[in-house]
Amino acid sequence: MKNTIKQIFHSGKFVTGFVIFLAILLTIIIYPLVVAKDPLAMIGNGNFFKPGTYLSIQDTVNSGKTYKMNVDATASIVESKLTMDNRSMMAEWLEKYGGVDASEIDVTDAEGLIALWEEKYDPNAEQKGLIAAKKKKYQRLDNEIDGILEDVPTIIAEKNEETGELEEVQSIDSKQYINEKDVINRQNFVLGTDNFGRDVLTELISATGSSLKIGLVAGIIATVIGLFLGLLAGYLGGFVDNLILFFTNLFTVIPSFVLLILISYSVGESQRGIMMVALLIGITAWPWTTRSVRSQVISLRNRDHVNLSKLSGHSMLRIVLTDILPYVASYVVMAFILQISSGILAEAQLSMIGLGPATTKTATLGLMMQWATQYNAHLNGAWWAYFPVILVIALISFSLNLMNTGLDQVFNPQLRD
Amino acid sequence: MRDGKELKPCLSGRGVTKVFGFGDAKTVAVDHVDFDFHEGEFVSIVGESGSGKTTLSKMLLGLISVTEGEIDFQGKPRDISNGKKKKEYWKGIQAIFQDPFASYNMFKRVDSVLLDCINMRGDKNLPKEEKERLMTEACSFVNLKYAELTNKYPFELSGGQMQRLMIARIFLLKPKILLADEPTSMIDACSRATILDMLLKLRDEINMTIIFITHDIGLAYYVSDNVYIMEHGKFVESGPAEEVILHPTAAYTKRLISDVPKIYEPWDLTTV
Repeated sequence: MKNTIKQIFHSGKFVTGFVIFLAILLTIIIYPLVVAKDPLAMIGNGNFFKPGTYLSIQDTVNSGKTYKMNVDATASIVESKLTMDNRSMMAEWLEKYGGVDASEIDVTDAEGLIALWEEKYDPNAEQKGLIAAKKKKYQRLDNEIDGILEDVPTIIAEKNEETGELEEVQSIDSKQYINEKDVINRQNFVLGTDNFGRDVLTELISATGSSLKIGLVAGIIATVIGLFLGLLAGYLGGFVDNLILFFTNLFTVIPSFVLLILISYSVGESQRGIMMVALLIGITAWPWTTRSVRSQVISLRNRDHVNLSKLSGHSMLRIVLTDILPYVASYVVMAFILQISSGILAEAQLSMIGLGPATTKTATLGLMMQWATQYNAHLNGAWWAYFPVILVIALISFSLNLMNTGLDQVFNPQLRD
Repeated sequence: MRDGKELKPCLSGRGVTKVFGFGDAKTVAVDHVDFDFHEGEFVSIVGESGSGKTTLSKMLLGLISVTEGEIDFQGKPRDISNGKKKKEYWKGIQAIFQDPFASYNMFKRVDSVLLDCINMRGDKNLPKEEKERLMTEACSFVNLKYAELTNKYPFELSGGQMQRLMIARIFLLKPKILLADEPTSMIDACSRATILDMLLKLRDEINMTIIFITHDIGLAYYVSDNVYIMEHGKFVESGPAEEVILHPTAAYTKRLISDVPKIYEPWDLTTV
């Protein structure tokens, strides 16, 4: 036994898979201890905030401490606001409708271009051949760059309650900075927020935990049912074997996913919690375990050591538990690992079509995918709402399959590289 | 008759048959065989591979069902209809199998095999020291040291040691009948002599019937009182070893004898 475990941990594949899986597991355990956030708290008031740190504007203004620097903020703002696309658009308009000669326009000189634009552009000018949408676009662009070059200080004013007049409190020019650390109220969304305004990272880690729980429970149920029926059918043989094999074949020929959909649907939304979905996945996933355990037991039951055990007067239960089970144990462990992996995938599939756990109390990987799809995360360019989820699902499957292959190579020396 | 003692029938069968499968896929492994094994007798069943020897031995042991025919155990019809009766029957008949490496559960320590025997004898409640004394005694009978076996797993023993431990098991159980299914075929010639010697010693000590199943007619001649020659599930010839092997009548027996290679003589392969 000790030897086998030693051998398992010498298998590169198993160790790689194990390390990835352990890392995921440790993240699930440690993260909530460090970040005490409710994973489903709707923090953002709106859809799909992009990843980053969000600072409170009021705090920023009222932080009190400002730092003067000799770096002018205007130039870089112009650079970042005026993309090359916008510049060529502007050049095009100026050439066609502004009557400017092409040689006068230099798109690389942002300030010159803006000066020229502000001089020539007139939204009411006759723009022949330009569709309305394009016209509007030019107007929006004009608004955007309006006053971009002017270095007018921003005035912060307070309303006097008695007179109703605005009183200047502070005047901010482009060379004034504040330290990020002086801002007390800030929200850090490493992976942005999802459609409900929840922090995706926190939600993802909690969802990974629930999905693993579903996979584990489904795997245990499927393996226990499969092992029990397989041992029974294989060892007893005869009528019991035929009966069990009949039901196993029945479950094998009906695609288990279709079965899963039908059962999930008929169970009803109110009943579909996380454990219910795990149970459903478990009771549709056992046939393959049963079939292979059965065939292994059939080849084992006529071995001499089993016969000797019978001759030593051992009961059937004892023979099955001590003379047959240890011989199939390695296979069962591998099947269990695969069942966990396929359980997680089955949950994701079910949730994607809206038949997953119908709960607002917890998130699962499948549910996160479903929400991202329903709120068109892909159309909004909100990659952070679905891509990390896909990555986590892939990583879990990958690590579990790698562990399985590693174990297979240890228990089945013919497969060693 | 052996050493002039009256022979009591110990295990006998009439029309014992085993059929595997049915319809077109039917295989008759053992075909209506009759036999009488007596107390204290060393009987050999000789035949080539596939002649039904092992199937017959499994039927005698009650490990597989008998399709047709009757088996009498100690003068009474054998009754192994339930687990309790089977357990009782197995106190009277035990076996040693062909492959010592497959006879052990590789997840259990080897001494557990001996401990099981003591429990089966009904000595479950003996003090630990007494159990150890019994196991030591059994091991020394087969020239093994009990102290060296404790905490060992099957793969740490040699084939000869494993098979001797099987004999120690029989020594502890002291059954009326021992079915030895080619116990020496997986073992080298030197260990083979030791094991046969031990079986004969055991037979003399507890007046046990030994049913020795082998493909080696030469070996059968050296050790057995009576010989049964088996071909395609039937006994083609039977009787005292000297008579059958030195003066064979059946063609199959003659062939089996000529197939034994002899030192200093060219081997006649024409009959093979």
